[in-house]
Amino acid sequence: MTTRRFWVYIEQEQGQVHPVSWELLGVARRLATEVAEEAAAAGDVISVEGLLLGHDVRSIAEEALQYGADRVYLMDDPVLHSYRNCPYYMSIASLAKKYEPEVFLVGATTLGRDLAGAIATALRTGLTADCTKLEMGEVKGASQKLLLATRPAFGGNIMATIVCRKHRPQMSSVRPRVFPAPSRDPNRQGEIVEEEVEVTEEGARACILEFIHAKEDAVDIEYSDVIVAGGRGLNGPDGFKLLKALADEMGGVVGATRPCVDAGWISYAHQVGQTGKTVRPKVYVAAGISGALQHKVGMQNADFIIAVNSDANAPIFEVADVGIVGDLFEVIPAMIEDIKARKEARA
Amino acid sequence: MFHALVAIKQVPDTTNIRIDPDTGNLVREGVPAIMNPYDAHALAAAVEWKRKLNGRVTVISMGPPSFTTTLREAIELGADRAILLSDRKFAGADTLATSYVLAEVIRAVHSDDPVDLIFFGKQAIDGDTAQVGPGVAVRLDFPIVTYAVNVRAIDLNEATIVVERKTERWTEVVETPLPALVTCEKEIAAIPFAPLPDLIKSLRYDPEIWTLAGPVEFAADEIGVRGSPTIVYQMGTPPLPEAGEKINTREAGVSATLDLVFKKAEDAGVLDAMLGGAQ
Ligand SMILES: Cc1cc2nc3c(=O)[nH]c(=O)nc-3n(C[C@H](O)[C@H](O)[C@H](O)COP(=O)(O)OP(=O)(O)OC[C@H]3O[C@@H](n4cnc5c(N)ncnc54)[C@H](O)[C@@H]3O)c2cc1C
Ligand SMILES: Nc1ncnc2c1ncn2[C@@H]1O[C@H](COP(=O)(O)O)[C@@H](O)[C@H]1O
Repeated sequence: MTTRRFWVYIEQEQGQVHPVSWELLGVARRLATEVAEEAAAAGDVISVEGLLLGHDVRSIAEEALQYGADRVYLMDDPVLHSYRNCPYYMSIASLAKKYEPEVFLVGATTLGRDLAGAIATALRTGLTADCTKLEMGEVKGASQKLLLATRPAFGGNIMATIVCRKHRPQMSSVRPRVFPAPSRDPNRQGEIVEEEVEVTEEGARACILEFIHAKEDAVDIEYSDVIVAGGRGLNGPDGFKLLKALADEMGGVVGATRPCVDAGWISYAHQVGQTGKTVRPKVYVAAGISGALQHKVGMQNADFIIAVNSDANAPIFEVADVGIVGDLFEVIPAMIEDIKARKEARA
Repeated sequence: MFHALVAIKQVPDTTNIRIDPDTGNLVREGVPAIMNPYDAHALAAAVEWKRKLNGRVTVISMGPPSFTTTLREAIELGADRAILLSDRKFAGADTLATSYVLAEVIRAVHSDDPVDLIFFGKQAIDGDTAQVGPGVAVRLDFPIVTYAVNVRAIDLNEATIVVERKTERWTEVVETPLPALVTCEKEIAAIPFAPLPDLIKSLRYDPEIWTLAGPVEFAADEIGVRGSPTIVYQMGTPPLPEAGEKINTREAGVSATLDLVFKKAEDAGVLDAMLGGAQ
């Protein structure tokens, strides 16, 4: 009997968990289910496990159990207080050698990318970046199902499915919001395993002298429920003022395509797409956006997409739930008024 | 004397990529090859510090012989020495095999002529993996600072650097011992105009070509396809989602159009979100 372990890195900084951690626990649970039958037949046990490093973070381990982990390995030590590459990757690599996970998922955040590449190299295994689809599937010549990790290649025009046949763990990074977060079950129980931290302060080889918090532009489009996004059809920076008015009315934020960001109409923090943010709002309004692949990959998982475009053949209509063929300078102001009226009628 | 090393990749200029409208495939012919933009900025930072500290800059790259044009460009931008790792057996490398080859080359350069600081781009725009830098740092057992936006100070006597790195949450100011590896954002340095002497030098410069035959020895099972744990198993085009209803404002009128939008929103259960959240 062996234990097939599906690992998720639980990302936290200064006690703040990155929600991608929960999204990945949801994925890991699904992957585990996909091998359930195979495991049962072989008498193997399946375990979805979180990995949590930090200082004074035990409460987060409990939260991870509620989001679906069967077990959380906790490394809690002052040396892990703030994220630093060396102590983190070394600690995780030694845990991975001890428990030999089959699959290991890490969020493709700045922290996750810094970490994942180092761990994969330390373990001499394969790592597939920015996966948009993950499943356990049969591969010719393999005795067990393998992780099929699909990611966009060539600017999103082709989807490549990558497998890691022999080396373990099979590692993937996934951007925030590509997968939905599972719901939290406050009654769910599991095991928290405290692990020894061997790295010392000398071994950390980096000292963070200062944290500088940016004042400007703290827009968080990734986790907004409503995004009103604009493209080149806005004709200039003023167009974004119009969208901002709609976004304010809807309680949302403004998004943008890359050409608008490149032209300086709006800052990079607003960019949606392959080289910007992946979003998953309840409502996405796309105004004056043609719907290039590189943009669509960042927004097509929205629950409800409204597209406004004067060109009836614009590819954005392929992903829209409702497509408005028309002039955005006519439609958006009308929509603002309409929403105001509907809100008043409700009150 | 300060010795910086920069790892540079040549990439297709993805901002100019064209898609065949019939097949939906990438048209590779005629796509210009450029120096990976992040690597160009990393090189600019290395050259700035070389001028400040009176040092030198070595650039390395792994790829086909056509990469020499990019290495010449690096000389033009102020590098002093360029090495190209080129051998058919290196082809098909994933990030693990790539980090092996680059680390072995850096080790060889370092043992002849110690390197203080290694610059990488934050990622290559053709793969966007951002894995090779951390991989090389682990193999060399050098500390790494990723997403660097500014090298504030280099102290060769104390053998330390102070670097600002930008994460999603904040900017960190990090001190780390040398030798170290940094991966760079574009803000790290502006790309300068090449001074005339460097321009002339680059025209006559031939990068050193290193192969499997030497001067560095490589383990056959760590390079190319054999050294790559990941393989591309399948390729496909992204699935098309189902399109929703389309309505033309000129035919239906704006107000009827919006009525349809709100009805659909209600059906989809997002009406509250449309109206500024649950009231
Ligand atoms: C490697 C790579 C990465 C990329 N990454 C991204 C990314 O992350 N995000 C991104 O967005 N793009 C990205 N791109 C760029 C992408 O390919 C497209 O060029 C871009 O998304 C197009 O932006 P757009 O829709 O604003 O402009 P356009 O394609 O020019 O579309 C403008 C649209 O506005 C419509 N329009 C004009 N006037 C009006 C009006 N008055 N009312 C209504 N509609 C109007 C037009 O019909 C047209 O459809 C990337 C490209 C590459 C090669
Ligand atoms: N073949 C290569 N030759 C030289 N440097 C490379 C090569 N591949 C990647 N790099 C370096 O590694 C960085 C990150 O690349 P990647 O991990 O592919 O996104 C690049 O910006 C380069 O500095």
